[in-house]
Amino acid sequence: MFLRSLATASALAMISSAAFADGHGCAIDARVSIVGNEFPAIQTVGAGAQSCAGGDVSTNLTADHQEINLAGMQGNPAEYTSAIIANSSIVALMNEDVIRPLDDLVAKHGQDFKKNQLITINGKVMAVAFMANAQHLVYRSDVLAEIGVEPPTTYEDMLTYAQVIRDKGIMEHPVGGAYASGWNLAQEFNNMFLGYGGAFFEAGSANPTVNSEAGIKTLEMMKALSEYMNPDFLTHDSNATNAEFRAGNVALMNMWGSRAATMTDADGVPQEVIDGFAIAGPMTVGGGTTPASTLWWDGWTVAKNVSDAEAEATFLALAHAIRPAILEDDEVAKQAVWLIDGYQPTDAAKGVFAAAQSNTIPYPMLPYMGLMHTALGNELSDFMQGKETAEQALKDVEAAYIAAAKEKGFL
Amino acid sequence: MKHRTFFWFFLPTGFAMFLFIALPIVSVVTQSLFAPHEAVFVEVENCGPFGCTTETTIDQDATRAVRDANPIGRFVGLDIYLDRGHLAINEVREAWATSENWGQFRNALGNLPFYRAMAFTLTYTFFVTPALILLGLLIALAVNAVTQRLKGLVIFFSLLPFTVTPLIGSLVLFWMIDSRGILGNVVSYLAGDPDLSIKASTPLMWAAIIIWGIWHSAPFAFVVFYAGLQTLPKDQLEAAQIDGASRFQQVRFVIIPHLMPLVTFVALIMLMDNFRVFEPIVGFSASAHATSLSWIIFNDMGGETRQLSAAAATSVLTIIGVAFLLSPVLVRTWRDFKVKS
Repeated sequence: MFLRSLATASALAMISSAAFADGHGCAIDARVSIVGNEFPAIQTVGAGAQSCAGGDVSTNLTADHQEINLAGMQGNPAEYTSAIIANSSIVALMNEDVIRPLDDLVAKHGQDFKKNQLITINGKVMAVAFMANAQHLVYRSDVLAEIGVEPPTTYEDMLTYAQVIRDKGIMEHPVGGAYASGWNLAQEFNNMFLGYGGAFFEAGSANPTVNSEAGIKTLEMMKALSEYMNPDFLTHDSNATNAEFRAGNVALMNMWGSRAATMTDADGVPQEVIDGFAIAGPMTVGGGTTPASTLWWDGWTVAKNVSDAEAEATFLALAHAIRPAILEDDEVAKQAVWLIDGYQPTDAAKGVFAAAQSNTIPYPMLPYMGLMHTALGNELSDFMQGKETAEQALKDVEAAYIAAAKEKGFL
Repeated sequence: MKHRTFFWFFLPTGFAMFLFIALPIVSVVTQSLFAPHEAVFVEVENCGPFGCTTETTIDQDATRAVRDANPIGRFVGLDIYLDRGHLAINEVREAWATSENWGQFRNALGNLPFYRAMAFTLTYTFFVTPALILLGLLIALAVNAVTQRLKGLVIFFSLLPFTVTPLIGSLVLFWMIDSRGILGNVVSYLAGDPDLSIKASTPLMWAAIIIWGIWHSAPFAFVVFYAGLQTLPKDQLEAAQIDGASRFQQVRFVIIPHLMPLVTFVALIMLMDNFRVFEPIVGFSASAHATSLSWIIFNDMGGETRQLSAAAATSVLTIIGVAFLLSPVLVRTWRDFKVKS
């Protein structure tokens, strides 16, 4: 029985891959090898590229893509002909000069792209973006209805409501936050810091300016929020905060748009969480008008150290993977906020749309931003545990960043 | 052995050691002395889905010329070893000058990544190593006393922690000590404090990692000691029994002296292993409370911008640290060797 179903399944798989292979007018004649992050929308893109016939298309989609993409593109010829990256991670590839300008290929094969999908740096197209992302509010409408308020538009409101929810005994830790020390904690700092109008660096230089009034206010707000979080918050990444929300322990939190659509899809989510789940735009803080969030895009690049034939095949396969026709599949359409022509926002996308419309600042594409992010991630946890003052924490961040930036030749 | 024979006998090993030990060390030392060239920046206009902005980027053409002229990078000598991310000489000097007492100085040191990592690494090493040797010995003695029929089964279960992948083992414990997990709840119930969270407390997190370390490595000591027990001379033990030695005295005066070379061996391997503690820090997401030199290397290499030179300098410091830790044991082995020959 088992063998028969296995045989049927593989026969079906062969038929369907054959159907894909002949198909959709994507023919290539050279090797394509893609490295990228791993979430549903990127898997769709990877599978789309693999449906091309004529050349060997391999994908390596993993959450650890950042640790291998640079090394895999530095060789000549490069192992990966393309890396799928975001606006933060393209910088590392640009710094090491491993991706090629795409102007000629766009002119030849890029008719389907919208103008705003093309990421141009100094006038040259360096990447093609296919989706947008941002962190924004997700909340439990039933809980907010119970305390009789509209969803918060500022972090100050969020604190007030959290106190009410706790006082009424509805939830002990109503606020969720991906405050895991490291990348996540630094990202939450970035959001809030931009919301307070902070600037990371002196204009046109790599000198840090996070040890400022905006920085101190940011840390104080983060500390105030953490009082309403699960006490383990320094170990909670966005997976853990998702789990807390699904379990019905959290009513208000800042979450990635790319995860919002599938938020309540998991097994065993209580009915009231599924029914009460709602999405709103990012919040502002400290009376500012800029949302305390950052805008992101995900897109693909083509390696510099590969033959022109491989570069063209890579471009064709990936252009095929993000052709407007993929949106005809409803499942695909709701996987992300696609930047592809013809995309109609689904309900799950309204948070990211609100972020883009309210002039949220994109995550900075600066050569030294990665070092700042690392320094923030390492040095802020002492403050969050109450072991040092905000001033000391920000002083440490700048010192750690300066040591790293000197090493990399940025200062 | 004739020198000639020894030479040919040793040649393959020597070659492998040169290739896999000496060369990488030379490479890592070189990398720690060089850093990437100074970047040449230009202001450019970047456009994307969210509009156009003027941003700074690296001028690749200008930078390439410098890079090609000197591909290894710029020589920085010991600068990286002395910067804040490593030995932090200036910061330590400043802390020494401004601190009024030991407590303040210690706090200032604890704020620097290298010293913070060393504090945890050394605590971990010196708690875990003796504890796992003792526990391994107790398990070995207990298993040796079990009846023959059950031995296989007992050995299998005693070895289990060692066969579990370290990262998975630490994740299992990580979930158990969650504030909603079984151990987390038991601890908070016993302490009578419903808000107590192991993961939010530095001392409790250190304790959890140390317990994990002992749990994970004790089977290694057990296996080695158990093998040693099989070579125990029966007549000596019988002689001790006839002389009226208690069970404890037999262990103290016959068994332990017999196992002593193995204790040295286990201590040597485990000091080295524990000094490089890494997996539990990642598994427990404990970097807010505990870091180690290996974790710093991982962190330097794992960011969006990789810091190869910083990672190389930390690697060299780790090698020096291991050599320093092992020196007493190595000296002792050398002395034994000389006495014998």
